[in-house]
Amino acid sequence: MSYSPEVRERLERDAKEIIGRYPRSRSALLPLLHLVQSEDGYVSDDGHEFCAEMLGLSKAEVVGVSTFYTMYKRRPAGEYHVGVCINALCAVMGGDQIWEELSEHVGVSHDETTPDGKISLERLECNAACDFAPVMMVNWEFFDNQTPESAKQLVDDLRAGKEVAPTRGPRRLCTFKEASRVLAGLPDDLAHEGPSAAGPSLEGLKVAKANGWKAPEA
Amino acid sequence: MSTTLTPVLTANWDRPDSFTIDAYGPYEAARKALGMDPDAVIQAVKDSGLRGRGGAGFPTGMKWGFIPQGDGKPHYLVVNADESEPGTCKDIPLMMANPHALVEGVIITSFAIRANHAFIYVRGEVLHVIRRLHAAVREAYEKGYLGKDIFGTGYDLELVVHAGAGAYICGEETALLDSLEGYRGQPRLKPPFPAVAGLYASPTVVNNVESIASVPSIIANGADWFASMGTEKSKGFGIFSLSGHVTRPGQYEAPLGITLRELLDMAGGIRAGHRLKFWTPGGSSTPIFTDEHLDVPLDFESVGAKGSMLGTRALQIFDETTCVVRTVLRWTEFYAHESCGKCTPCREGTYWLKQVLKRLEAGQGTEEDLATITDIADNILGRSFCALGDGATSPIHSSVKHFREEYLQHFEVGGCPFDPKKSTLWGDQ
Repeated sequence: MSYSPEVRERLERDAKEIIGRYPRSRSALLPLLHLVQSEDGYVSDDGHEFCAEMLGLSKAEVVGVSTFYTMYKRRPAGEYHVGVCINALCAVMGGDQIWEELSEHVGVSHDETTPDGKISLERLECNAACDFAPVMMVNWEFFDNQTPESAKQLVDDLRAGKEVAPTRGPRRLCTFKEASRVLAGLPDDLAHEGPSAAGPSLEGLKVAKANGWKAPEA
Repeated sequence: MSTTLTPVLTANWDRPDSFTIDAYGPYEAARKALGMDPDAVIQAVKDSGLRGRGGAGFPTGMKWGFIPQGDGKPHYLVVNADESEPGTCKDIPLMMANPHALVEGVIITSFAIRANHAFIYVRGEVLHVIRRLHAAVREAYEKGYLGKDIFGTGYDLELVVHAGAGAYICGEETALLDSLEGYRGQPRLKPPFPAVAGLYASPTVVNNVESIASVPSIIANGADWFASMGTEKSKGFGIFSLSGHVTRPGQYEAPLGITLRELLDMAGGIRAGHRLKFWTPGGSSTPIFTDEHLDVPLDFESVGAKGSMLGTRALQIFDETTCVVRTVLRWTEFYAHESCGKCTPCREGTYWLKQVLKRLEAGQGTEEDLATITDIADNILGRSFCALGDGATSPIHSSVKHFREEYLQHFEVGGCPFDPKKSTLWGDQ
């Protein structure tokens, strides 16, 4: 199977725009892999082929790169790709228990997708939100300060088609494919939604303001 | 209390629109810098004493000064926004709430090193941060702060936001450059250093997000202003990230040299009813400290003198309910997962460390295993290709040094003596 002429034309148009940003075309390989993932929900054989053609590389060179990076999926990810941080601090703060209960609840394990294609699960390494531990990510949006109950509720809501909002992110959660398009460098128009900062991000500033502490005058 | 907080980069985070250019302001520092001689900009950053905020602490202005001038080659600035070191969580909220401080810093830095093309290499797993960066860059282009003839000075700069794809190793600057060139992210042999042969083998500065975002304040307020904060050799302010068993975890921007005791006072202390057991001063790659180290000034020299590293000021705090063996195992699993495979000591060493630690944690080890993990770590440290391998040995060596008895206890009782439920966020409920 290969892309239909319409899909191919659209992907080529996007790919050329992305390639044009870089002094050397090969630099566009990671974005293009995100781009084909936004089409297929994973990096398919067609996707590898497409990247190779656009950049004048062999398919082996492209596969060699895509398999190095954990965000490129070799099988279709769920419409909602759900990650639980199990790095040391989140694990200790409850990430281990969340993972155990959630994977049992959903019925799939690490790097697996539910038969209906809705949910895939991943054991995540540190996602740089440690002050919000335990942390989960859905389609790479932050779901902070989770518990086993909130995690299961979140996945149930996603499967039921309910609208779910990240803790620090837009009002509506995008699909995995939509998120991949932003990662390719083709952003949607949701940047203005959600808070500047929330919760722990503001604790230091609150203490400083309460005490009248400031950086010295220039 | 002797030390107080000094919000600069975090000062506007409580504004709901802090990430917009209208809230941020008209890039006065960049205007000022572009009216200066580029070498004077480099000198100002040298005079400020700013040292890299990404962990290594190399003097930022000196790094810029290594870029050869008049060499006829294009120069590049690459911002390392691949924040992935366990415990480190400062650049992500900074770019979410205040991306224009970074973009303005990029303009000033690129001008100083005579670069006309800059990149922000941001880890891929933070979608909303990537949106905010794209939006900030677009706004700056629309205002004429990026692109051709910036502020009418004749200076041109293109800035590209580039998302990574999930690889801790890409935080290593040469691996990041390989990744940005479209290859597997694996470190390069140094020398040549990026200042001589970086992106596309051209002179390149690679700087951390917080380093670059600090530059506008130095240009606007002066090198002396920056140097008036901090200690003699670790000048200025930095964001300290408290996480774990703390009453109010979060981001606390303070002069370098503040102590954990002072920070904990501000953060409401260790969570109620518990006491400090161990902590990292700067992420999982920095040797752990204990309650003996509460008064160590958190600057590069003082933390180094006590056998650890300031790193990224990622203060992961663990109380007495936490099993140190389990924690070290999880960090070690992380290093094994993230080892790029290029060099044998790291690739094989982290794999075997993981196997032995699993056995130890399950209470099936022997005292000899402690010698084995120490020996493996000795054979990684200083022999691996890049600092990732060295970092993997920090939790091993420091935990065996401070908590040898706890390792022994595991095989005395034939399992982990701790109840993992007690250390969770809901453990006291």
